[in-house]
Amino acid sequence: MLTNLKRVIKFASSDFSRNKGISLAAIFVLVVTIMIVTGLLFFQGTVGYLSSQIQDKIDITAYFKDDATEQEILDVKDQVLKMSSVVKNIEYISKQQALVDFNEKHPNDPVLSKALKEVGDNPLLPSLNITTINADPFQYEEVSNILQAENFSKLIYKVDFSQKEDTIKKVYSITRSINIFGLVLGVILVIVAMLVVFNTVKLAIENSKEEISTMRIVGASDWFIRGPFIIQGIIYGIISFIICILLSGLSAYFLSPKISAVLPGFDIFSYFLTNWWIFVLIQLGFGVGVGIVSSFIVVRRYLDI
Amino acid sequence: MIKFNNVTKIYADKTIVLQDVSFEVKEGEFVSIVGKSGAGKTTLIRLMLGLESPSSGEIYFKGENINNADSSQIQEMRRSVGGIYQDYKLLPKKTVYENVAYIMQVEGKENKDIENEVPRVLEIIGLKDKVDNFPNELSGGEQQRLAIARALVNHPDIIIADEPTGNLDPYNTYEVISLLQKINQAGRTVILSTHDREIINKLGKRVITLENGKILRDEAEGRFII
Repeated sequence: MLTNLKRVIKFASSDFSRNKGISLAAIFVLVVTIMIVTGLLFFQGTVGYLSSQIQDKIDITAYFKDDATEQEILDVKDQVLKMSSVVKNIEYISKQQALVDFNEKHPNDPVLSKALKEVGDNPLLPSLNITTINADPFQYEEVSNILQAENFSKLIYKVDFSQKEDTIKKVYSITRSINIFGLVLGVILVIVAMLVVFNTVKLAIENSKEEISTMRIVGASDWFIRGPFIIQGIIYGIISFIICILLSGLSAYFLSPKISAVLPGFDIFSYFLTNWWIFVLIQLGFGVGVGIVSSFIVVRRYLDI
Repeated sequence: MIKFNNVTKIYADKTIVLQDVSFEVKEGEFVSIVGKSGAGKTTLIRLMLGLESPSSGEIYFKGENINNADSSQIQEMRRSVGGIYQDYKLLPKKTVYENVAYIMQVEGKENKDIENEVPRVLEIIGLKDKVDNFPNELSGGEQQRLAIARALVNHPDIIIADEPTGNLDPYNTYEVISLLQKINQAGRTVILSTHDREIINKLGKRVITLENGKILRDEAEGRFII
């Protein structure tokens, strides 16, 4: 068994080095294919960042009546957290904090500051600022319904969901469309890429059609014939993976400043570094997987002698 | 050793290649199968090697009906046969040494045995100076000698040679045939398919004559008469 495995590996490595042209062509095609898949990963990272940025800007706010105490508001906060599993974050903003925020937001607006002075007291209401996990309109509706239930409504002056509902729905449908578009594009590209690799491997093995039939005639077992082709597929996959991981790291490193200029706060190189194992897994899995599967299928066709 | 029992082979286009063929080859025999081109010689050889299956009738190899054999049994049977073909059927991407060694590797022989046996066979066959050459760097005669070296290296009980001299000049033809005779003298069964009148008449061994897919004659010391 071990001797056979060693022999099969030796056949594969000598076939690989003796057919440099075909090996290079197969590796080139695999590299292009894996880079397409890698490009999709980067695309997904960028889109993910963009939609999370947009979604973070969406929230609903429950404004409490002026006479609601801080303890009452914090009780509501705890109860909302208990009742709903979709809440990502609830922030309590006291009356004083609201005023500070307001002044910070409009520092040099004489009309507003004059109006505030005329009112005299702090006219702003304490509030709870809520974001949900998916920024999904249904999730906001759920939270809004909980807040408007009877036991809370006596404390709450207003929930601004209905005013924001349209914006929330629009943002949600845009991010969802982008995700679906990415997924469909990804699936199509991956299928095309796999077909290209499959055909390259087919051409490489077609060259050995006569050889396979001779091996059958002299009594070689299926695995003794198939083994070297499959191991060559693995070698193609591993070499392509090494080229691709270096290529993706380098391109992420050099493109990072340019992308950060367009998308402030998004560093594509650190995205690559934090998700490096996904890149390794996908590139290695795709390269080696496609190499093995296509060799397996193509050789099987010629083994029927 | 090999037995054909009422074997008929009809191709999909209804061409009858072999019709009701029955004969038996015993151990240690030297049997020539002769006939014009298209008489069915190659089909007969392909049936023996399990490369095709008969439309009707049975073929026995060492007592086993090969029609009922599964793929791994067929491969096992092929390993016990030394095959020599008109188009050599060498492995083009392997060197002379590797072509011969491959047969022993297929058998699962130890590396030590391979390292001893392959150079020995290549020396007998006169290719010891070409071990690192690839088949396309050899002449026709050398390629056929390599095919014979490959057929011999595992010491098979039976050698099946399909037109082994078809592409060779008279000198190389003589070499190949005398080698087959030596193999037979060493006690192995040889089945030779040819349409070379001179070879058959010189051999003076059993001859099965095929014509239009039927056995015309089966003589113990036959001559080439068509």
